[in-house]
Amino acid sequence: MLPDNELRFDASRQIWLDQLVARHQTDASRLLQILREVQEYFGHIPQPAISRLAEKLSIPRVRIESVGSFYSFLHLKPHGEYRVLFSDNITDRMLGSEALMQQMCQQLWLQPGKVSEDGLVSISPTSCTGMCDQGPALLVNGRAITRLTHQRVQEIAQLIRNRTPLNNWPSDFFHVDDNIRRSGLLLDNTLAPGDVLRKALSLGGQKIVEAVKTSALRGRGGAGFPTGLKWEACRNAQGSEHYVVCNADEGEPGTFKDRVLLTRQADLVFEGMTLCALAVGSKKGFLYLRGEYRYMLEPLQAVLQRRRDNNLLGAKILGQSGFDFDIDIHLGAGAYICGEESALIESLEGKRGVPRSRPPFPVTHGYMQQPTAVDNVETFCQAALALHMGAEKYRAIGTEKSTGSKLISVSGDCAYPGIYEYPFGVSVREILQECGAVNTRAVQVSGPSGVCVGESEFGRKLGFEDIPTAGAFMVFDDSRDMFEVARNYVHFFAHESCGFCTPCRVGTSMLKQTMDKIAAGHGTKYDLNEIENLDSVLQNTSHCGLGRTACNPVLHTLKHFRPAYENKLKSLMFSPAFDLDGSLARARQMTGRDDAGAHLKEEI
Amino acid sequence: MSETFQLDGAPVPFEPGQTVMQAALAAGHYIPHLCYHPEFKPHGSCKLCTVKVNGRTVASCTMPAEAGLTVESEIEELNALRRTLVQMLFAEGNHFCPSCEKSGNCVLQALGYDLEVHTAGFRHLYPDRPLDASHPDILLDFNRCILCELCVRASGEVDGKNVFALSGRGIAKHLIVNSESGLLSDTNIALTDKAMQVCPVGVILKKRVGFNMPIGERRYDERPISAQALDDAPRQTDASGNCEACEGTP
Repeated sequence: MLPDNELRFDASRQIWLDQLVARHQTDASRLLQILREVQEYFGHIPQPAISRLAEKLSIPRVRIESVGSFYSFLHLKPHGEYRVLFSDNITDRMLGSEALMQQMCQQLWLQPGKVSEDGLVSISPTSCTGMCDQGPALLVNGRAITRLTHQRVQEIAQLIRNRTPLNNWPSDFFHVDDNIRRSGLLLDNTLAPGDVLRKALSLGGQKIVEAVKTSALRGRGGAGFPTGLKWEACRNAQGSEHYVVCNADEGEPGTFKDRVLLTRQADLVFEGMTLCALAVGSKKGFLYLRGEYRYMLEPLQAVLQRRRDNNLLGAKILGQSGFDFDIDIHLGAGAYICGEESALIESLEGKRGVPRSRPPFPVTHGYMQQPTAVDNVETFCQAALALHMGAEKYRAIGTEKSTGSKLISVSGDCAYPGIYEYPFGVSVREILQECGAVNTRAVQVSGPSGVCVGESEFGRKLGFEDIPTAGAFMVFDDSRDMFEVARNYVHFFAHESCGFCTPCRVGTSMLKQTMDKIAAGHGTKYDLNEIENLDSVLQNTSHCGLGRTACNPVLHTLKHFRPAYENKLKSLMFSPAFDLDGSLARARQMTGRDDAGAHLKEEI
Repeated sequence: MSETFQLDGAPVPFEPGQTVMQAALAAGHYIPHLCYHPEFKPHGSCKLCTVKVNGRTVASCTMPAEAGLTVESEIEELNALRRTLVQMLFAEGNHFCPSCEKSGNCVLQALGYDLEVHTAGFRHLYPDRPLDASHPDILLDFNRCILCELCVRASGEVDGKNVFALSGRGIAKHLIVNSESGLLSDTNIALTDKAMQVCPVGVILKKRVGFNMPIGERRYDERPISAQALDDAPRQTDASGNCEACEGTP
């Protein structure tokens, strides 16, 4: 492969680029979508393309580099014709992903994170790709492959070596299962497209808001804000436009229910968004789909087109004059932080996904500083169901403060991983029994930013009264080292910190360093104190929830499984952070030695 | 006539639209800060200015002032957090004060002294950040960058040039310049730009003037930053946008 500055940027490429910009209405707020397509076309974002885009979009080139460098799936330098990303969630690791990645690296002669000498391939880990129930999983040039085995990895390596185009790879590699194990209110619904909207039209905006308030529906993204209040605030906010945004940036490791909803219930999701549009008075909506779910883009666009053809989207929906609404799909490009609603809005505007300072909140100053209702995929489905079945009836399901049902994404050490729908109020133990988990040591509820529940707490219930959850439910049996689970999550937060504020940018790296030090056997009690100190800084000074929760996995596992940490500590109060023998590792690598004489003796 | 909030027990008057930081500085109360600059829209990224408002920790530079708020700032609990934040910034970059020509005029260093940061606290990361000496009159030493974005804001908002931006994410975030070569000499920066005046540390330096101020006469030699910052802050919002003695201007 030619170095970037020598990459031929001939007339045909320039024409392609100009057409791309024209297709995006020469609109700089669509920069991320443009860059994503450039990445798909060229395999990276070439420097001449940046210069051309800057010229066409009339923005400084430095802004394009700034945005492009923020997202994990965009590359400003050539990154291989085949870009392989192994999902690095703890559940993938428990299924052997590390050995599989190592195997592929050996077969293709390269080191993780580096591009092969011939420019053919790069192999790296990536944050959870949302395939925890069918891992180990990877992405190759953005397409998801599940159920990896040694044989499948060998076949993939062969296909890459032969430069076989992705479209000619065996189609079963790309098969994604829904794995619905238990359905309820939501997954069993038999609504036809338009059913909810017809009822909603008879009510009108104000009554829709009242009904959603009466249903006591709370957001399913984790925070649990009352949906009716959000819609009401957005409806009442002054603005030239109102926007509806569906948050499908399902980045919390261990969560995959939105993937299944968008596969099985796409109509209901869009129906819920259209319902919200009617309630808040919006003409324009966005579905922000995480980059890992790129393969769903075309099917979802087909659903949108069918709805337009059936007069469920577009102008005069269901013949109602003045009810105009349409939905655009924006893809993310590998940034967990964009699940935070204000970062998501920044990303929708084609910027770096950095959370905004709040107040003001998105309901008054959201997309393009206009009133915007941002809700989770499942929330839109639940709102549509609640309105259709009647608010009072809906309210009777679940518990008093957590009404309706909840989709739980179960993965880890259990016989039947997949999607389980329960009314709120189900206990951890009930789920464990139903998913066939035995000898369970702990469950991580709601992902790394959630809570680690130990055996003594399995009677606790899922719901906003007790354990709030966005849906992840990762099961660990007694063979698992909970320290390693926490360390995996700490690495995740350090990788996903946007870097805006000092405490999170530096603090998550320091936390990672401390956990790695303990893992390497150099930890002392001092380090455990250091973790608590870091936690205080992260919790009290971080700009957003990522930093505030980054210490949770460590603090929770320390609470339940302190011996898992203490067993790894040197029984000293103090030990130098400098590892004398470790510092010779590079010299050993260069000289190809690893015998006893190449190691320093343990000093103390 | 104007409304007030309480800061460490003292009433602080404020104008509508002011933040806690702006009102506090205007009333002669110092709250430690790094990325805040009186001439620019508050940014809220360094978090040095974290205070407790009605018991909850928030960045005072972005917190709108409201009547009746109870704000705590000068308490050990918060200063301990601030010390750790300063330690983090020192550990993140490569800061060698004795050989740095910004020494004595550096906001980060001055804060370190004022907050009594006596130890490193963290294992330093020693990032690899090559210099950019391509420009005939300006040196960029990225080793000292604390990512406050003041130069980014100044170049974009005041100079209208967008010479600077931040690239990368998380701990890999770094300052870049607006040219295909990636070099400052290929940008349209000028010595007279606002972006040349705002760096609180020693990243953006005018060549051939280093160490021209004798030790003892430098900005923070005689007065700690807590006193100096109050002199610099406009006591009332200056309509012309001028700032006679902005921080970080040697």
